[in-house]
Amino acid sequence: MRHVLSVLVENEPGVLSRVVGLFSGRGFNIESLNVGPTLDPAVSHMTICTSGDQQIIEQITKQLLKLVTVIKVVDLTEEQAVEREMVLMKVGAEDSKRAEVLRVADIFRCKVVDVSPDDLMLEITGDYNKIRAVVALLQRFGVKEFVRTGTVAMRRSMQLGER
Amino acid sequence: MMLTGAQILMECLKKEGVDLIFGFPGGAVIDIYDELPKHPIRHILVRHEQAAIHAADGYARASGKVGVCLVTSGPGATNTVTGIATAYMDSIPLVIFTGQVPTHLIGNDAFQEADIVGITRPCTKHNYLVKNIADLAETIKQAFYIARTGRPGPVLIDLPKDVVNATTEFSYPESISIRSYNPNYSPNRKQLRKAAELLAQSSRPVIYAGGGVVSSNSAQELTSLAEQCSLPVTTTLMGLGAFPGDHSLWLGMLGMHGTYTANMAVNNCDLLLSIGARFDDRVTGRISSFASGAKIIHIDIDPTSISKNVVVDVPIVADCKLALVGLLEELGKVSDVDWATRFAPWNESLVEMRSTYPLTYAKEGEWIKPQSVVEKVFALSDGQAIVSTEVGQNQMWAAQFFTYRHPRTLLTSGGLGTMGYGFPAAIGAQLAFPDKLVVDIAGDGSIQMNIQELATAVSYQIPVKIIILNNGFLGMVRQWQELFYKKNYCATCLHTNPDFVALAKAYGAEGFLIEKHEDLEPTLRAAFAHPGPVIVDVRVEPEENVAPMVPAGAALSEMLLV
Repeated sequence: MRHVLSVLVENEPGVLSRVVGLFSGRGFNIESLNVGPTLDPAVSHMTICTSGDQQIIEQITKQLLKLVTVIKVVDLTEEQAVEREMVLMKVGAEDSKRAEVLRVADIFRCKVVDVSPDDLMLEITGDYNKIRAVVALLQRFGVKEFVRTGTVAMRRSMQLGER
Repeated sequence: MMLTGAQILMECLKKEGVDLIFGFPGGAVIDIYDELPKHPIRHILVRHEQAAIHAADGYARASGKVGVCLVTSGPGATNTVTGIATAYMDSIPLVIFTGQVPTHLIGNDAFQEADIVGITRPCTKHNYLVKNIADLAETIKQAFYIARTGRPGPVLIDLPKDVVNATTEFSYPESISIRSYNPNYSPNRKQLRKAAELLAQSSRPVIYAGGGVVSSNSAQELTSLAEQCSLPVTTTLMGLGAFPGDHSLWLGMLGMHGTYTANMAVNNCDLLLSIGARFDDRVTGRISSFASGAKIIHIDIDPTSISKNVVVDVPIVADCKLALVGLLEELGKVSDVDWATRFAPWNESLVEMRSTYPLTYAKEGEWIKPQSVVEKVFALSDGQAIVSTEVGQNQMWAAQFFTYRHPRTLLTSGGLGTMGYGFPAAIGAQLAFPDKLVVDIAGDGSIQMNIQELATAVSYQIPVKIIILNNGFLGMVRQWQELFYKKNYCATCLHTNPDFVALAKAYGAEGFLIEKHEDLEPTLRAAFAHPGPVIVDVRVEPEENVAPMVPAGAALSEMLLV
């Protein structure tokens, strides 16, 4: 199962390689990894998407916490959280297909951020499933270039129980 | 007070109570070596950096203190990597200082430059590159703190030459707190109660103890628990000595070359109490069959050890000592159980099994048996020796046929299985205990991996006794080839061994050769009586096997050569 881990680390040289080395050295999987500064310059934030059964996720969490430079690990999959990822995508959009591409883009609230005679560059933001859906729909027009940021996520303040 | 980096290093070492370091100089650390003689810190010059770190490791294992070594940049640093990995696998507290090229040259492929922080990241508990002299004292304080607390381990500090030469105001931090490093020592009471209840309900319990009992100095508490509740005890290789090997509740070591009784006890138990052990594959055999009918209680200071290999019923993250003390208290509360009576049938069955299937070997024959050499070392030392081992058959025979009664008396590379470990480790242990008999049980293959240290032993007159169980083979691999590879003895015959006696003498040490049964005892006596370092070359049965054996991947119940 896919898990999104939110990890706070000391912002110091080598910390990324400690985390990544842990994953490769122990054969854990990284689906995506996003690193950025926090409001505290001494602390960085990583969002790691990984997969595995409960035992593997528990090992990953504990192994991360064992690293001296890791401050905190939260498995957001176990909580209610907002997840977002951004994709930039160049889609074939010759005159004949342009209208259809724009229609799909509009339905998914994608932004057109660059235009050329043959293609459109779209900016798409959403959670994992939305990105999957957009990509699946736009692929038939021909995707010429594709980059994605990897997931970032944040816990919701109100954790509503299921009814 | 304004001090240079080199001076700060010396002051910090003194503050940490370090009076002995192992090292080898070079360009990047020459300034530290320039400062060293002005301080009351003894430096042991080895002949290869791998020996410096193994010696520091042996010193740490034998004494319980943090071992320290100092090497230069590049090859000096990379030569320590095997020893760092060895210490990491066995949770041995070490602090390693490596020289580094000046900060402005880092990344330039400078002479004797290696990214040792990058190289050792996966095999240290933590490591540092000190780029600013202002951080040096705090870093050293942190390194010693991290090395010795929680689950101990090696910590490396990389010191660029310009940082060593810079000056700053020195002050050593009195206290330390690292927000992202807070090992948990105290056990959860509820979990302890659950453990106590499970013990009270069980009818076939076994204690499975490991190196954690040794490193937390809780052998006494382990013995109290076992005796109070009549619990039979087995340990891992790393745990040998944590429980008296001549105790009536002792089952012997478990695992691949464990005793039949220990393995069957674990196989048949209904409760396994694991204390400071990590369910390593050499212990468990096929994991799905390991203690498959038992509830498992697992005490370990490292949360990652818990449920890593087996799912346990009662995890207890804590220092072994505190957990054992707490468990004893809880056991007092749970019941009026008469433990001895309750477990009598189980213990009696194990005693019977132990006498039916003892560790043994065919004693007759022309050749000296390697097992008999180990037994003789035990007898002649009155069991008081500190034993280090190399890796392979020599290691297993040393584990099986020497009766360890005290913790920290067996020094062996359990996790990494590093050939060449034993001799330098013995040097370290001997320096920690100058008056004790320290014996390296070696093989003719392993000893050649660090034999250059004879020069170190001779130059400081460190009276280590090296007993080579010389069978002319890389014996353990040969044994596997015999049993599982149709005797295809590829690359395991050592037909061109040196004359070890002459070699010892060439270095200025003493050498003895033993070829006949009747020479074994008198020659070993002479070797032990010799005041300096000694090699004893004992020619043993070339194709003797270590028995019994659980083949790799088999269940503990599927032992061969019982």
